[in-house]
Amino acid sequence: MLESHIITELKTLVGAANVSTENADLICYSYDATQQQFLPEVVVHPGSTEEISAVIKLANREKIPVFPRGAGSGFTGGALPTKGGIVLVTERLDQILLIDEENLVATVQPGVVTEQFQQAVEKVGLFYPPDPASLKFSTLGGNVAECAGGPRCVKYGVTKDYILGLEIVTPTGDIIRTGGPTMKGVVGYDLTKLMCGSEGTLGVITKIVIKLLPLPEAKKTMLVLFDSIDGAAQAVSAIIRGKIIPTTLEFMDAATIDCVRKATGLQVPDAARAVLIIEVDGDADVIDRQAAKIAEIIQPLGVVETRIATTAAESEALWQIRRSVSASLRKVNPDKFNEDICVPRSKVPEMIRKVDAIAGKYNIPIVNFGHAGDGNIHVNVMIDKKVPGELEKAEQAIEEVFRGALELGGTMSGEHGVGIAKAAYIPLELSPEASEYMKTIKRALDPNNILNPGKIFLDN
Amino acid sequence: MTKLKELEQYRAEIEQCVKCGACRAHCPVFGAEKHEGRVARGKVALAGALLDGKIGLEEKVLFDLSQCLLCGSCTAQCPNKVPTEEIVAAARRRIAREKGLSSFGRGMTTVLRRQKLLNLLAKTGGSMAKLLFKKLPESSGLRLRFPLPYLDPDRTLPEFTAKPFRERVPEWIEGEAGQPTVAFFTGCGINYMYPAVGEALLRALKFLGVSVVIPKDQGCCGLPAVSAGAGAAVEELAAQNLKALTARPVDFIVTACASCHAGLGKVYADLGAEYRALGAKVEDIFVFLANHGLPEKLAALPAAEKKVRVTYHDPCHLRTQGITREPRRILAALPQVEFVEMTGAGTCCGLGGTYSVYHYETSKQIGAKKATAIADSGAALVATDCPGCIMQLQDSINHAGGRQKAVHILELLNDALP
Ligand SMILES: Cc1cc2nc3c(=O)[nH]c(=O)nc-3n(C[C@H](O)[C@H](O)[C@H](O)COP(=O)(O)OP(=O)(O)OC[C@H]3O[C@@H](n4cnc5c(N)ncnc54)[C@H](O)[C@@H]3O)c2cc1C
Ligand code: SF4
Ligand code: SF4
Repeated sequence: MLESHIITELKTLVGAANVSTENADLICYSYDATQQQFLPEVVVHPGSTEEISAVIKLANREKIPVFPRGAGSGFTGGALPTKGGIVLVTERLDQILLIDEENLVATVQPGVVTEQFQQAVEKVGLFYPPDPASLKFSTLGGNVAECAGGPRCVKYGVTKDYILGLEIVTPTGDIIRTGGPTMKGVVGYDLTKLMCGSEGTLGVITKIVIKLLPLPEAKKTMLVLFDSIDGAAQAVSAIIRGKIIPTTLEFMDAATIDCVRKATGLQVPDAARAVLIIEVDGDADVIDRQAAKIAEIIQPLGVVETRIATTAAESEALWQIRRSVSASLRKVNPDKFNEDICVPRSKVPEMIRKVDAIAGKYNIPIVNFGHAGDGNIHVNVMIDKKVPGELEKAEQAIEEVFRGALELGGTMSGEHGVGIAKAAYIPLELSPEASEYMKTIKRALDPNNILNPGKIFLDN
Repeated sequence: MTKLKELEQYRAEIEQCVKCGACRAHCPVFGAEKHEGRVARGKVALAGALLDGKIGLEEKVLFDLSQCLLCGSCTAQCPNKVPTEEIVAAARRRIAREKGLSSFGRGMTTVLRRQKLLNLLAKTGGSMAKLLFKKLPESSGLRLRFPLPYLDPDRTLPEFTAKPFRERVPEWIEGEAGQPTVAFFTGCGINYMYPAVGEALLRALKFLGVSVVIPKDQGCCGLPAVSAGAGAAVEELAAQNLKALTARPVDFIVTACASCHAGLGKVYADLGAEYRALGAKVEDIFVFLANHGLPEKLAALPAAEKKVRVTYHDPCHLRTQGITREPRRILAALPQVEFVEMTGAGTCCGLGGTYSVYHYETSKQIGAKKATAIADSGAALVATDCPGCIMQLQDSINHAGGRQKAVHILELLNDALP
């Protein structure tokens, strides 16, 4: 337990009401979407950058680990207080500070929920494209820290492509700014990009300067059912080869369709063995033509049915199907290992075949869905941990999946990050030299290893 | 021990939570409080910790578990359909058993269990109303003149009626041959505070020629007791209602209160087969009216010259049962109504029964969002299908300084019927 004088000091720094060592609060901040649990020693809800700086300085002086936390929706355990210490929650930092319509930039605090920000900018005709499936509840701070991606990445890129600058509290408690509200800027190292995807290990993000786009005039969402996964995968390649980049190209395999069917009552014919959700956006007349062209290109590839949304509500309903996937998988088996490998787009069918072979070899269900448009496949290994031997089998299968992705020139995480879930597999992807290069940065910036220790890299 | 499920029996449901956090987007309490302890995921985690003996009935646990409206919004959106409101209610029963009911919970359940006491209180309330309440010129509701225990003086309350609804009407109203017979479960809100809603309901049923029984010895549905964790009181009230509602054979039991609908139709289901049979007959009044030809009859009425713009608020206990279309259908079919949707029609008004007594500040914050949405819709009236919601909506509107009036759809229907 932390000594009582530290708790007292924390209370003077951020206010007694914002510091808690109550069991109930420790439990409530002990988990994230990995379903793993580690109890912190204290939960702190700071209200400003200065308070965060003061907390970090104290932690650095006393060598107490600090775990930044947004909504706790991470899939790799980034926000878990694996070594006790302080959970530093951004829930109170939830203000949109500025939407600059003239320069198409916005400044926000890290605790703003992604969808609320999107709605705010869309009200004034602007557009923030990154849209993780967790957008209704995950925070922008968490999105930057994980460099979250989403269905629209195919056309628009990921979170880091929209971050112009940051205010951060360094691991030693200093407050610095990286980048700024200009579209260009090359003074010094690009620390903004370094922070994107740093998983809360190199600094606490306290402000985010975001680039915005004009809101596309219209969009068209189509749900296409295929009779085989190959058809769907070939459709992805065919569309891109046809020089159309849709906003999104999401796919689900047969097992995923079954889960969603059970969870949402989705009406889908049995013949459908794979689904693509395709969305195009832009000028109203252009998207109609694009949609028609897409339908023509994919028709020979085993299309069972095409549903095209005609209203915003219908489009939202199609997306709701996709968003409900992740959590509905529990119907297959109670425990889920959600990996998010990424391979070059054209290698998606090959990768799916590899995964299917691995599932067969280990005789465990593996459910695949994801962002086919950018080769990002969510490989869900479904097991029941209570059954002896299952966990070991799952771990072996996952390692083979990673190796398979790397063989195809891919990566073992397209968007969820490493956290604790993939730390052990880092040597598969990074050379010892590359790992060391990264660790040197961490050591230099965080000499006492207080900021989110034990994440990304296994501690020696 | 009661027949209602114990917390232990919810282990599987608690384990169903994958901790995804999706409920953060849908829990009205979390929207106002921004703390993990207040959201479904946190409450489910605490309930799980209680089960595993990892935490005791500490004050903070009691506080977090008290911070739930039992609205079911989380469950409706949860990818795994974790029944948080049931889990929280079971946890509250355990708390009440081990720690005793709160003084308010005790007072309330005593009153609700004794029909005569309730009638007496209502009558005194009615005759003292002028003394207790001050009239506000801009609003339909009334505000307390003197502080009452547990109630914020700033709160708008409807006037208690001097003569409860069930004492005003005969127990049996014969309809036309060939039409169904229904029992009307009035609930406390209509009986003691909004008798006009009950009268409007009877008119609508008469218009269709339906025979109605209004059992005199029916009581409170028991939902406030569910919220307080008073398991035994829930069972007593359920038994009383079962007896009252089965005394005469009926085809349907209609309610015009979302909470009563949930109480009779859902909560009682755990109590046994006879209760499930009772529940199977329960129908929301608008579902009943829609299925029995009212929209067609309304369509035949002459159009009104002047229309009033009305929006609709979905009571949680209907919305989470999937009843959203029928009330709108009837409302929109009224000749004098121009129906407009508001944003967030399906979010909780913030009442949550006893919740708003314990957490009036948070309840007001939740209600404030609603008041803004009502104002933005441009409607003059907000109609709904639950007396509790009417009370809270009017209170929220008054706090926001709005001029809109909260009404039951039945009151509007009453105006439209020839
Ligand atoms: C149903 C579901 C669907 C999902 N879909 C997607 C998806 O499509 N794409 C995707 O990329 N991810 C997805 N995720 C994963 C997750 O939502 C994202 O990683 C998200 O960005 C995490 O945000 P959060 O606010 O929950 O952060 P948390 O989980 O609280 O934290 C994540 C990491 O960020 C760090 N962090 C948080 N705030 C700060 C800060 N202010 N400063 C520094 N570090 C900070 C934490 O320490 C941790 O390492 C999904 C998750 C769920 C449950
Ligand atoms: S209650 Fe449902 S929505 Fe909330 S965290 Fe659990 S599984 Fe997710
Ligand atoms: S029932 Fe309502 S208040 Fe309670 S946790 Fe669920 S959404 Fe929140």
